[in-house]
Amino acid sequence: MKQLKLLTKNSKSEKVSVWGRSSVKAWSSIADLSYVGTKGAVFGLAVTAGLMMTGCESEPQGISPQQFTDALHKVMESDRAVYTKQVVNRLAKEEKVIKASEHFMDEKALPLPAQMFRFGAEMVAGKTDDFSYSLQSLWPINKQNAPVTEVEKTGLKFIADNPGQNYYSEEELGGQKYFTAVYPDIAVAPVCASCHNEHKDTPRTDFKIGDVMGGVVIRVPVGS
Amino acid sequence: MKWLSWGLISILLGVFWGWSLFTKEQNARYLIGETTDGHHQIELACESCHLEPFGGAELIQEACTNCHGAELARADDSHPKSKFTDPRNAARIEVLDARYCVTCHIEHRNEETHEMGVTLPEDFCFYCHEDIGEDRPTHKNVPFSDCLTSGCHNYHDNRALYEDFLVKHADQAAIGLDPHQPMRNLLEQVVAEKGAVRPLTLNEADKPQTLHVGSEVMDDWLQTSHAAAGVNCSGCHQSSGSTWVDKPGLESCQSCHQQEAETFLQGKHGMRLAGSGDLPLSPMTPAMGRLPFKTDALETELTCTTCHGAHRFDTWKAAVESCLGCHNDEHSRNYPDSPHATLRELEHQGLADPGTGVSCATCHMPRLESAGLGGEAIQVMHNQNDNLRPNEKMIRSVCMDCHGFPFSLDALADPELIRNNFKGQPAAHVESIDWATGRREE
Ligand code: HEC
Repeated sequence: MKQLKLLTKNSKSEKVSVWGRSSVKAWSSIADLSYVGTKGAVFGLAVTAGLMMTGCESEPQGISPQQFTDALHKVMESDRAVYTKQVVNRLAKEEKVIKASEHFMDEKALPLPAQMFRFGAEMVAGKTDDFSYSLQSLWPINKQNAPVTEVEKTGLKFIADNPGQNYYSEEELGGQKYFTAVYPDIAVAPVCASCHNEHKDTPRTDFKIGDVMGGVVIRVPVGS
Repeated sequence: MKWLSWGLISILLGVFWGWSLFTKEQNARYLIGETTDGHHQIELACESCHLEPFGGAELIQEACTNCHGAELARADDSHPKSKFTDPRNAARIEVLDARYCVTCHIEHRNEETHEMGVTLPEDFCFYCHEDIGEDRPTHKNVPFSDCLTSGCHNYHDNRALYEDFLVKHADQAAIGLDPHQPMRNLLEQVVAEKGAVRPLTLNEADKPQTLHVGSEVMDDWLQTSHAAAGVNCSGCHQSSGSTWVDKPGLESCQSCHQQEAETFLQGKHGMRLAGSGDLPLSPMTPAMGRLPFKTDALETELTCTTCHGAHRFDTWKAAVESCLGCHNDEHSRNYPDSPHATLRELEHQGLADPGTGVSCATCHMPRLESAGLGGEAIQVMHNQNDNLRPNEKMIRSVCMDCHGFPFSLDALADPELIRNNFKGQPAAHVESIDWATGRREE
């Protein structure tokens, strides 16, 4: 996979620009993501990258779009697993004290893991254009979560056919070039598979724990 | 000489158009077309929508959300802007830029305005939901122009229209077991906030000694919840400090009735008085309105006391008689003969429980749980537009207080029933519930 080295560097370290944007802004975007107490991981990344940037003055350095999306994905994946296991699976499936429902307001229930994920993505979108992300699938309950762009279609198929691998590519959308990464979204808890298999709108009913159920697509604008 | 007169004419024209631009009442000369029914009240306050001259799309969008954002959020908007900002939607946005309100709702084109009160493309659902027939065989031959007009869907507010809601309430009877509207509880809220309140007596009235007030005024005050809740003359007439005001207005009322004032200023009755942009203008009058109004009420200016009356603040009167003092359309005129009005009469005579009567306000200015406020407050939504159109917005906030869901859905889809003010049974039938339950049984 081609490594995108898009970082340009001036002699002064604080003027480093990541993808043509100010680095400070990129860091604050990462920080936006840090809900459910996973600030630590991102902070570590920021510090490491910051050290990399200040460390050597002469050579152009920094984090590549792929490192950036990989790191973001680790945060997303962990938050998602924690919410599903510690909240939904435990309370809805094991202890049966509350349901998880698409209509969580009306039903006074827990939001679905996919909704938690989307609400976060929407909140991030309201704060920054530096990256965007979504949860999709080739077997979507919500048809709006089906792949739309060619890269999404190829990527989702690739991660379903090659378990354990991610897919990286570039695409142009609305006149802007993007680095697009697709990460497998895996049934990490029994409730992932059971809820999908039993849903009235699901096109697939044989998910089991460990299966790739869909993918997380992260996009970063590149070039000018 | 020729040059001099040309110069003079140019200067005069410049002065004239400049004066037109900077004098609010003269702004009409700059209107590029008739404004919609929802905005004509404030059309002379250009900056309410055009926040800055040359502001561009983003600023217009900001103006839309300034007034309508909270309402959309409360309605759990099904298509918020955030659904469309993701770059994956770039191709869709090229066809229909759903990030901006004005893509569908264009102003200054009243002749193209839909019965919903806004301009609306007919079949825009198609662009994203083209293949809906594959998932929903029932939808296969339904034209896309019917999605929103059939009583089935709404682009923004689907709180009473989503599939699981239809299924859940499919079996409800036409009338519920305990039909009544919720009771207001402002006094309870005040007590909760301030501790006990002590009712006032005539001797305690703190109006200036020199001011002579008729006994009628004092009686009115004594009978209201104001006196009962310890609100003295000065509470309204001197609310903002030391000077006595003979005719206190909105500012005075809103020091206690904050939510009521806020929502009044959002609705068609009060929007001219809102304080944003170029506003306020003079109060709204029926003469400025576009609905049929009683001729003797045309010049009535709309403020709090227009409907509530000073000193007596009669909410019973404000809920029907005040409305009918101005409104003169068929639906309004048919109210006194309606089953809803009969229920109200029974309540009035003490023959039915409080809250079982149905007034104009019951449906159009409903009592809502914490409308804009936190906690357990039940207050009157004074924005009459909040649940007006599309009328399915009323189903949960109003109809279902008393009626079952299927009946409500059908009744609201029957224009004749609305015209005669719900005298009879719905002749229309919205198929969505049958379709949803049918799919469940498959
Ligand atoms: C309680 C039910 C429930 C649980 C538990 C659940 N999902 Fe979902 N999932 C849904 C629903 C419903 C949607 C569609 C929500 C939407 O987009 O509005 C969805 C959406 C998704 C999507 C996007 C594609 C689609 O189907 O629309 C993926 C991928 C996904 N879920 C994977 C998972 C994984 C992995 C887990 C466990 C970590 C999980 N889900 C747990 C119900 C559930």
